[in-house]
Amino acid sequence: MTLVADGTAAPQRTRRKALSDRAFAWILIAPAVLFIVAIVAWPLVETIRLSFTNASLAGEDYVGLANYEKLFQGGKFTEIIVRTFVWMFFSVSLKLILGLIGASLLMAAVPGQALFRILIMPPWVIPIAMGCLGWLWLFNGDFGIISGVAQAIGLTDGPFAFLAYRNSAFWAAIVTDAWVGTPMVTLFFLAAMQGVSRDLYEAAWVDGASRWYRFRRITIPQIMPVIVSMALMSAIWTFNSFEIIWILTQGGPRGGTTTMIIDTYKVAIANLQFGEGAARAVIIVIMLALFSLLYLWVLGRVNRKYGVK
Amino acid sequence: MMDRYTLWQRIGIYAGIGVFLTFILLPFFEMFMTSLKPLNHIFRSPYQFWSDDFSFDAYTRMWERVPNLGRYIWNSIFIATSVTILAMIVIVPAAYAYARLDFPFKTQSLGLFLSVNMFAGAVLLIPLYKLMRQLGLLNTYWAMIIPGVAFLIPTGIWLLRGYFEKIPKEMEEAAYMDGASRLYTLRRVILPLAGPGLVVVATTVFITAYAQQYLFAVTFNSDGKLHPLPVGLLQFIGYQNVEWNMMMAAALTGITPVLLVFLFLQRYLVAGLTAGAVKE
Repeated sequence: MTLVADGTAAPQRTRRKALSDRAFAWILIAPAVLFIVAIVAWPLVETIRLSFTNASLAGEDYVGLANYEKLFQGGKFTEIIVRTFVWMFFSVSLKLILGLIGASLLMAAVPGQALFRILIMPPWVIPIAMGCLGWLWLFNGDFGIISGVAQAIGLTDGPFAFLAYRNSAFWAAIVTDAWVGTPMVTLFFLAAMQGVSRDLYEAAWVDGASRWYRFRRITIPQIMPVIVSMALMSAIWTFNSFEIIWILTQGGPRGGTTTMIIDTYKVAIANLQFGEGAARAVIIVIMLALFSLLYLWVLGRVNRKYGVK
Repeated sequence: MMDRYTLWQRIGIYAGIGVFLTFILLPFFEMFMTSLKPLNHIFRSPYQFWSDDFSFDAYTRMWERVPNLGRYIWNSIFIATSVTILAMIVIVPAAYAYARLDFPFKTQSLGLFLSVNMFAGAVLLIPLYKLMRQLGLLNTYWAMIIPGVAFLIPTGIWLLRGYFEKIPKEMEEAAYMDGASRLYTLRRVILPLAGPGLVVVATTVFITAYAQQYLFAVTFNSDGKLHPLPVGLLQFIGYQNVEWNMMMAAALTGITPVLLVFLFLQRYLVAGLTAGAVKE
């Protein structure tokens, strides 16, 4: 800043820049704000408003809390909520376990490591719907390879159509959702594991600690913040997951795979009952907001506990 | 050394990786095998692991037998590309503002942006449907492009901001000293330096846009000619006489472009995406 001493141009420019800083920033983020307001914020407000009406293609009238009251009558909706959380719990757990195992395996310094790390990514790269097409086929009783193998080794007598029964369809959807999410989780765990200081491992190794001990006492605590954040993020993804179930089963058989998102879609878009659908959407939004608060709270605690700023 | 494995450990690691990759790649394997089987073999019972007359017939015949296939693939690429261009136009200036400028409600507004990530399109479909109808955008490409852009903006801003922050501030200061305007500095100093970051963010946006074009297409579009690949292909499932081998061949062909993009850029992508996960 030696120029400032003898010239007048520099300070003037700096002052003009400081003055317009704020205005310039607003101009730069305006398009983003516009998009979000039009596609997310306004629809959110509108959804809340619609949830108090009986809106359909025919028109709308204010009905107060009627949609919400109707929802909680008969216990069917409660069943869907419970199912959603069960589906979320198992799918997220599966992703985390597979992610941890996968990342640990891919950390092992063996020939082919680089190739293996690329080969885990396709489920994330390709359209989710195309992956589901593959699973749709895998789960088929007559010509799917899973049923084929099960028959060959005598697990089942004849063809078993996984998507035709409530229980097996539910588990099939969990496996598929875990398959879609596992690459991302693995990738993040892998990155976090690579960030752990080698000195820690070497010190433990010198002390004669076994691999398992090092994994449990060094790796896990060191990457804990990433584990927690992936757990909550995949909880949100899984909660919002629509395509997978819709393509595999459309929520069937007999509602066996109907999660809250699927239920909302069926009511709002398939049956065009906008008002009742909106009430369901509002409940989803409330739950998502609670997740996010939980996320921030837990993450703050974990970061403090494990000494991450 | 610490990294040395015994023979059994080595076998264990490879076996583990083998099982893991089998799970990850099984659907692709199944789709590929099915695409090679002649139609009457697919329905053969009991299940047959191996046919003796595998052929690539489906890959040539699908272009005539699956109507609009070329069109679907083109639509998918077109929609994803449009989403990427539009999103980047919005993301770049905003990311720059968050990386470099001071303005009121900076952290709060960034937090609000990121909170968009917790919503999926499915929750907001009702008003979006009405909005698209009012704007007359139902059954046009726009109905599949615009919502897609909005949901990709927050993550894009977040990722790109990280790259902008890494550029030394002195570069800008020097440009201002020489009398360059703000826009000139952004265009000629910042953007070239952020090149790798721009590639990572644009590719991430493209891949996500390519991967997630089902919901909006299936809801906002009923014009068969405009469908992206996933919707176009999957609507055949309900029909009689589906030629499954061709569907699988078509699906595999349709995912090739995005797999290629990923293969070429995977090194940068993986590092860029996980940059936030590793605290240095």
